[in-house]
Amino acid sequence: MKKSISIPSIKNYRIDSVESLRRLREILVAGEQTTGKFVNVCCGSGCISSGSEHVREAFVSGIKGHELEDEIKVKKTGCHGFCERGPIVVVGPKNIFYQHVTKEDVPEIISETLLEDRVVERLLYEDPVTGQKCLHENDIPFYRKQKRIVLKNCGLIDPTSIEDYIKVDGFQALAKILSHMTPEEVIGEIKLSGLRGRGGAGFPTGIKWETARNASGEEKYIICNGDEGDPGAFMDRSVMEGDPYSVIEGMMIAGYAVGASQGIIYVRAEYPLAVHHLSTAIAQVTDLGLLGRNIMESGFDFEIKIVKGAGAFVCGEETALIASIEGKSGRPKPKPPFPAIQGLWGKPTVINNVETMANVSRIILNGHEWYSGIGTPTDKGTKIFSLVGKVRNVGLVEVEMGTTLREIIFDIGGGIQGGKRFKAVQTGGPSGGCIPEELLDLPVGYESLAKAGSIMGSGGMLVMDEDTCVVNIARYFLDFARNESCGQCTPCRLGTKQMFKILQDITRGKGRPGDIEILLELSDAVKHGSICGLGMTVPNPVLSTIRYFRKEYEEHILEGRCRALVCRSLIFYRIKDYRCKACLKCLQACPVDAIIGAKWQVHEIDQSKCIKCGTCMQVCPPRFSAVECVTGLIEGSGDKSE
Amino acid sequence: MADEGATVLTAAQDAGIYIPALCHCPDVSSQGVCRLCLVRIEGRRRPEPACRTIIEEGMVVFTDDPEIERLRRVILELILSDHDFNCLLCPKSGQCRLQELVNRIGFDEHRFSRLEHTAKDLPIDTSNPFFDFNPNKCVQCTICVRTCHEIAGIDAIDMAYRSDNLRVSTFANKPLKDSVCVSCGECMERCPVGALIPKKFKHPTREVKTTCPYCGVGCGLYLGIRGNTIVRARGDDESPVNHGGLCVRGRFGYDFVNSPDRLSLPLMRAYDEYAQPSSVVEMNEEGRPITLPLVKREGKFVEITWDQAIRYVASSLAHYKGDEIAAISSARCTNEENYLFQKFTRVALETNNIDHCARL
Repeated sequence: MKKSISIPSIKNYRIDSVESLRRLREILVAGEQTTGKFVNVCCGSGCISSGSEHVREAFVSGIKGHELEDEIKVKKTGCHGFCERGPIVVVGPKNIFYQHVTKEDVPEIISETLLEDRVVERLLYEDPVTGQKCLHENDIPFYRKQKRIVLKNCGLIDPTSIEDYIKVDGFQALAKILSHMTPEEVIGEIKLSGLRGRGGAGFPTGIKWETARNASGEEKYIICNGDEGDPGAFMDRSVMEGDPYSVIEGMMIAGYAVGASQGIIYVRAEYPLAVHHLSTAIAQVTDLGLLGRNIMESGFDFEIKIVKGAGAFVCGEETALIASIEGKSGRPKPKPPFPAIQGLWGKPTVINNVETMANVSRIILNGHEWYSGIGTPTDKGTKIFSLVGKVRNVGLVEVEMGTTLREIIFDIGGGIQGGKRFKAVQTGGPSGGCIPEELLDLPVGYESLAKAGSIMGSGGMLVMDEDTCVVNIARYFLDFARNESCGQCTPCRLGTKQMFKILQDITRGKGRPGDIEILLELSDAVKHGSICGLGMTVPNPVLSTIRYFRKEYEEHILEGRCRALVCRSLIFYRIKDYRCKACLKCLQACPVDAIIGAKWQVHEIDQSKCIKCGTCMQVCPPRFSAVECVTGLIEGSGDKSE
Repeated sequence: MADEGATVLTAAQDAGIYIPALCHCPDVSSQGVCRLCLVRIEGRRRPEPACRTIIEEGMVVFTDDPEIERLRRVILELILSDHDFNCLLCPKSGQCRLQELVNRIGFDEHRFSRLEHTAKDLPIDTSNPFFDFNPNKCVQCTICVRTCHEIAGIDAIDMAYRSDNLRVSTFANKPLKDSVCVSCGECMERCPVGALIPKKFKHPTREVKTTCPYCGVGCGLYLGIRGNTIVRARGDDESPVNHGGLCVRGRFGYDFVNSPDRLSLPLMRAYDEYAQPSSVVEMNEEGRPITLPLVKREGKFVEITWDQAIRYVASSLAHYKGDEIAAISSARCTNEENYLFQKFTRVALETNNIDHCARL
């Protein structure tokens, strides 16, 4: 007999009091208990790009085929963080964690796990150290050392379903402040919790709110900064995509505390899924009566708008972001006045990062004692990092403040890909610095990272192995900075241009003695002379690499050597005549006919023709391994790619 | 003792202390973009721009120390590395703020020689009839943009693009002539370098204070004279009427003074039946300033005397009466002359049909 379950509909339901929110939650939770089995498919941007949409569709149609659509709920969730292993599927009620799921695997999961309650072993994660299969998320070393506070709902709830959010204590913090707390108490709570801005600068959030609350003015604004521009960073995107309601709730709490009735979420237009989920969420919350006038009969009004940014890196800077919202070109303004006093349209404005906003409801609900108990004496709470680069477990990790870089990279990240040696880790994107191996035991925190010449930043963490050339990395980041500089102040506009030019010369083998000193002097001027945070921090990649890897700069400049074999002008390929078997493979593969030789005649590379593409090395049969890549300048081997 | 609310820069200037600045202009708000006026303030973490920092009681400011000097020199070198400084050919040479800064601050020749100095080779905008814009000499100080916004109120130009492509641009990067620019030249007047330069630029040797002859506002101005020719006009900052501001006519409209085509006396058409000049002199060689009234004979003007001209006008007027007559006077006349003329029209000619030409 077919069981029918009444899934409560919240259509036309309006929350007009704390009591009605509680009632709705009870109804929803009761509805949940009758349905046992579920399939959660990760539909974060990372998993979507590896095909999770198809997996989800396969589940939906497969379950329909078994006529089980009323019993088994297929849900798309936000990012689980373990993007390396996507698409990720969690199957309930036992929460079995399947990874690298393709749509071909779906019928097996349905027939084995959902129908027969058996585990599909081959789709489980295997611990590379112990060789053990991990059944649940928490068994996986990647998750074991994490502390997921901000990300707790990501991967659990459907980011387009407000019912899901309400089931997992959604809007409870809002109900708490509206019924039991004055705005001053909310600010006091945030101040005591020790929460600091997660956008990078680490300004205490409570003090920012207090300043804006005390600033004169009837109208005030809350802005959520979702303009995440660091290359390789996707913390805020995942939060907005996976748990938009927490961001909205955080903004509402901020609005109540500050006395603002309008909120704006500034999101990059390059995040269409985040924009979609946020606008869906705002519409749902408004329909429920939780956004609008007189929320829960408290007299508090709040509404939220989304503004899409056109993708300028500098618009992540708060004054540039305000200019962008006002319809002006995104250029930072000198501070003071600070936005908390004179921000959007000249009115007091609180700007907080997405992650900061998502922290707020957790603090209010659990109390400041709970929150300040997490982390270190100076840095409270957790921080999300997007772990990318040459690390084995690429993904999103949330760790307690004070966790060491070694723990993040080696325990959570699983170490370096392909058994290579770790060289450096770059935190904070183009504004951060490279931290070398000897500082791996550095605990993560705002001050500790700044002392090492880097910054916490918004949480990008780029791991580099021995095949990475630090000079080239510095050049890459300077190229980014020089293009993204708004250009209004001289040191940033022209200083980054000149620094880039010098770094480019060094990587092209045209470095001159004295270049390092000029780089340091220019860095100093850009760092101390610029108007905004972009200029103040963009020399960091150069300064930190010179500080920790000066030897490599000197090798480039004085010896014409690139030990990582990256800078093309400083490397060349040659054929070891004693190993070459004259098999013609490389000769035929060379795109520019730079290889001289014939059958029975040992091959040789004509360096004046060679474009250093490395094809010869790839095609040379491993049993011969006759082609080698060597560094050092040789006659007639300039970079032909220029 | 400095005024309350003054910036560190103005307070220092009042006290006779030099702080270099390029993007500062006292007439418009400060933006603090050139970063040359950075000073060190005790208790502040970073150097602050003097032009935007308001003085406070007990503030200790270091306008010059080795650290600040090095910072300024690097910034100045960077500006120079991006500037087309062919000073020998630049009309601004001698009055250029950048030259002055180089003289005052100096720079490290070794470091400067290591910076890349590529010609920008951007096209010069010569579309405006009165001044040229040479973006290759522009130092992106934004004074012109602030002037257009705050003083002229036109907003014809703004900073466009970003990074080292940042440049002054009209809407949609059209030539100045096709923009909303009213050619008042206020921006040109304030440009610290040779980026905005009047066409036909000549240095005046002396200046004469006078009042603008164009409209009834009566702006005070200084005419710059070279020999016997007016070569420039600039607003009189002291004048309570215009506070140094001028419009396109006052600033650029002085060519007529020395124009060979200029008429200084009335004209008469020779074929008119009332014109019976006794002695008519054919107009002489072309281009000679005319000092006598002219009559036109068979398509040509001929000179007549004042007496003849006045007699002719009086005799013609006798045929008409009251509202049959209309009178037009010239904005080029003085207020007193125009007053007399309207009095004459209303009282003697008995008509209110009086107007003037100041509707350029």
